[in-house]
Amino acid sequence: MNTYLVPESLAVSDSGFLFLASTGETFTLNEIGKDIFKMLQGGDTREAIEQKILELYDVERATFVRDFDDFINQLSSFKLIRTK
Amino acid sequence: MNIAVTGLNATDNPGPGVPVIRSLRAAAEFSGRIIGLSYDSLDPGIYMENIADKSYLIPYPSSGLEPLFERIAYIHSREKLDVIIPTLDSELYGFIKLSERLRSLGIHTFLPTFDQLNLRAKDKLFDFCTVHSFKVPKNTLVSSLQDLHKIPNQFNYPVVVKGIFYDAYIAHNFNDVHAAFDKLRLKWGLPIIIQEHVTGDEFNVVALGDGSGASIGAVPMRKLYITDKGKGWAGVTVDDKALISLAADIVKALKWQSGLELEFIKSKETGEYFLLEINPRFPAWVHLATGAGQNLPYSLVKLARGEQVPQFKTYTIGTIFIRYSWDYITNMKEFEKLVVAGEK
Amino acid sequence: MAEKKTYERPVVTKHQSGIMNKFGSGPSTSVRDNIDGVLIKDLAGKFGSPLFVLSEKTIRQNQRNAYRVFKNRYPRVQFAWSYKTNYLDAVCSVFHQEGSWAEVVSEFEYRKARALGIPGEHIIFNGPEKSIEALRTAIREGAMIHIDHFDELYHIVELTDTETLKARVAIRVNMDVGVYPLWDRFGFNYENGEAWQAIKRIVANPRLSLIGLHTHIGTYMMSAEAYRVAASKLAGLAKSMHDEFSITLDYIDVGGGFASQNTLIGQYLPAEEVVPSLEQYADAIASGLFQLSIKPEDLPTLILETGRALIDNAGYLITTVIANKRLSTGRRAIIVDAGVNLMFTSFWYKHKVQPAQQPSVHTEDAVIYGPLCMNIDVLRDGIVLPTLKQGDRLVLNHVGAYNMTQWMQFITMRPNVVMVMEDGTVELIRKAETLEYLAQQEVLPARLKEKKSR
Repeated sequence: MNTYLVPESLAVSDSGFLFLASTGETFTLNEIGKDIFKMLQGGDTREAIEQKILELYDVERATFVRDFDDFINQLSSFKLIRTK
Repeated sequence: MNIAVTGLNATDNPGPGVPVIRSLRAAAEFSGRIIGLSYDSLDPGIYMENIADKSYLIPYPSSGLEPLFERIAYIHSREKLDVIIPTLDSELYGFIKLSERLRSLGIHTFLPTFDQLNLRAKDKLFDFCTVHSFKVPKNTLVSSLQDLHKIPNQFNYPVVVKGIFYDAYIAHNFNDVHAAFDKLRLKWGLPIIIQEHVTGDEFNVVALGDGSGASIGAVPMRKLYITDKGKGWAGVTVDDKALISLAADIVKALKWQSGLELEFIKSKETGEYFLLEINPRFPAWVHLATGAGQNLPYSLVKLARGEQVPQFKTYTIGTIFIRYSWDYITNMKEFEKLVVAGEK
Repeated sequence: MAEKKTYERPVVTKHQSGIMNKFGSGPSTSVRDNIDGVLIKDLAGKFGSPLFVLSEKTIRQNQRNAYRVFKNRYPRVQFAWSYKTNYLDAVCSVFHQEGSWAEVVSEFEYRKARALGIPGEHIIFNGPEKSIEALRTAIREGAMIHIDHFDELYHIVELTDTETLKARVAIRVNMDVGVYPLWDRFGFNYENGEAWQAIKRIVANPRLSLIGLHTHIGTYMMSAEAYRVAASKLAGLAKSMHDEFSITLDYIDVGGGFASQNTLIGQYLPAEEVVPSLEQYADAIASGLFQLSIKPEDLPTLILETGRALIDNAGYLITTVIANKRLSTGRRAIIVDAGVNLMFTSFWYKHKVQPAQQPSVHTEDAVIYGPLCMNIDVLRDGIVLPTLKQGDRLVLNHVGAYNMTQWMQFITMRPNVVMVMEDGTVELIRKAETLEYLAQQEVLPARLKEKKSR
C-alpha cells in the first residue's frame, strides 16, 4: 500500500493556492490537483485516490495512473510530499 | 474618467507607473478610477495605498499582441477605460501597434510613432543630433576588429564603450576598449558604440510633446543622490533657460507625441550640454515636475482625449524629491488573489 | 449517478520571483486542427508524421499582396522567386504561375528553373560560384547574370570573345546601409568606388550589355530604412551611368531579406510588434528610387527577390508527441518525432507551436525536443503549452522558408511534403525518403562485403 506524508505546515486554500509555511514558498494547484492534494492530506492511499478520481472524473485508469505518477513526482521534487 | 497605467514595479529600478498615478491623483479636476496594469503579482504598486483602485495582471510584451489585446478588452469590459498610459520602453511597440484597435474600443492613448521611436534609438541618436546640430558626444559604430583598431586615431581616452541595447564601460586605453568590445559583442552583438567621454554634471529633463512640435511643459532636474545602480534617488529642479530651450528644440525636431526624458551632460570644460539619451516615456521622477507646478501626466491624459492643453510657462525652482522605500505589511490573502485570479 | 467532471491532468506550479504572472511569459495557446480546412489528423493519418504542409492559397495570397503593395508605389515591378528559399517544384511553379521569374544561385538551381520551363531571359543568375559551363549556358540562353567579382567578369569577357556572343549582365553592389554586419563579401563595394570601376569596365566592352544593378543588403532585415538607403545608392549609380554613358537601365534589383513574422531567438519582443510591414519596406524602396529623376517612361523595372516573407507563413510542420518527461529541475520536456535536421530554422527562431487538439485549461512551461540522439536537438525552448499525451499532434507555424532546402538526412529521413491546394484537395509534392533511396547513391566495395576481414 502506498501512502504519502504531507508536511504539517502546508495549507491549501479553496482557490488551489498552496503555502508551505516552513519555507515560505507558494504554489498553485489546478482543480483536480487540489482535489488530489486534499485526499493526500487526508491520508488516502494511492489506491483510494485512484478509485475516487475515477468515480469523479471522466478518465481512463491508464491515463490517470500515468498522470498521477507525474504529479507525485512534481510534488516530491517541490518537497510537498514524502512517500511513506 | 477611468485611466489605466502600467509600470507598477516601484522597485530599486523603478517603473514610472506609481509616480504617474500620483500625478493623476494630484490633478484637482480628476475624478474617476485608476486601474493598475501589472506584469508581476509582486509589483509593489499593486499593494500601495491610494495608488491603483484595482489592479490586473496583463501578459508580458513578449507574449504577442493578441493576448494583450484580449486581456485589455476584458479589463475594459469591467472597468470602462478612457485612457491607457503605457510607461515602460518594452511595451511601446506593442501599444503603438494596438493603438487604433484600442481607439475603436473607445480607449485613448498618446504615443509617439514608430519613426519617432526609431529616430532616438541608441544607434541612431548621433545621426539625429548631427542633422539637427544638437551637441552629442562624438560617437561611432564599430562592427569589426578592423574598425576597432581605428579608434585610437579618432578618439582621445577615456572613451565610453556601449552595447547596442544596454551596458557601458569606460575605457582608458586600447586594451580596455578591446576587452569591453569583446564583452559587449558576446552579450549584445554588433555593432558596439564608441563614444567620446564628456566629463561634467548630469542633468535630466522631463517633457511632454503635443505631436505638432510644441512642448506642453519641460522641467529640468539635477540628480543629488545616485544609487549604486546609477538611479537618481534624490534630485532638485534647476533654473537654466538654455537647457529648457534646448529641450524644446529637441521635442520640436522629433515632433514628439507623448512624455519623454532627455539625459544631458554639461561639459566641465565648455559648459555646453551634450545629449546622451532620449527615453521615450516619462521617467520615474516625473512626479517632481507635478510637485514643481507642471502636471505633465495629467496634461497627457487631456491631450489623449483631444482636449486643448495650455503650455506651462513656469515651475518652482528648488523643488526636491527624495525617494524612500517603505515596507507594506499584509497577509497572504492579497497576494493569493493576484496569483490565482490575476486581479485585485 | 451524477455526471462525471471533465478530466485534466493534475498539475502544481511553483511561484517564482520575477515571473509571477498567471498569463505566463509566452503566447497563450490556440488550437490549430486544420490547414486551409483540411484536418491535421487526416493529413497525418494519410501521409504520416512528421509532415511538411504547404498552402497553395497562402502562397498565392502572399505573392498577389506583395505585388499590389509595390505596384501601388512604383510603376514597374517584377518579382523573381528565390529558389534557395524553397525550391520544391510545386512551390516554384505556383510562384511562376503568379508571374514571378526565377532567381537562382547555383548551376543546379539554374537547371531546375529551366526544367520548369522558365526561359533564360527570365532567370536571374546570382551567387559567387558560377562555373565556366554554367556561364556559357547562361550567356547563350540570355539569362541575367549578376556579376559577383572581377574574376567572374573576366570569365564572361573571355566567353563572349571566343564565342562572339553578347551577354546580359548586371553587377551586385554591396554598401553600408547602416545595418550590421555589412554583407561586403558579395559583389562590388559602393563606398570605395569598386562598383563604379566595375561599371566602367563593363560599359567599355561592346559584348557586354549592362542592363541592371543589384544589391542584397542582408537577411531578416528589421529596418525598412536600410532599404531606402540601398535603393537611393543604386539610384545614384544609375543616374551617374545615365549622365556619363547615356545608359538607361532595364532594372534595379534590390534583392530580398525582408523579415517574416517569425520571432528570433534572443529577440524579446515578438516579430509582429517589431518587424516592419511590407508597406513600410515598399515605401522605403520606392522613396529611395524616386531620387532617380528620370522620365517616367525611362524608369527601370524594380525587381524583388523576396523569398522568406512570401513563403514562411505558407509552410507548416505537423509533428507527433512521442513522450512527456520531467527534467531534473522539475521542468517539463516533450519529445516529438521531428528533429532539427528537418527544422534548421529552430536554431534561430522561436517558432509558434500549436496543439492540433483541444488543449487542457492548464498550461506549463516546457521545452520541445526532437527525436535525434543529440543534445542540440531542441525544436523550441521556453514555450507555454497545455498538457499533451503521447500521440497528440503539434503544428509548427511559419516553416516554409529554408527548411525544405536546408534540411538533411541525419539519423532520420526527410518526410513527405504535401500541398493543400486551393480547392481543398491535398497533393503529395515530395515523397518521404526511404532506405532504398539513400542506398542508391552508396557503393560498397566488394572486399568489404565479406563477413570477416582477411
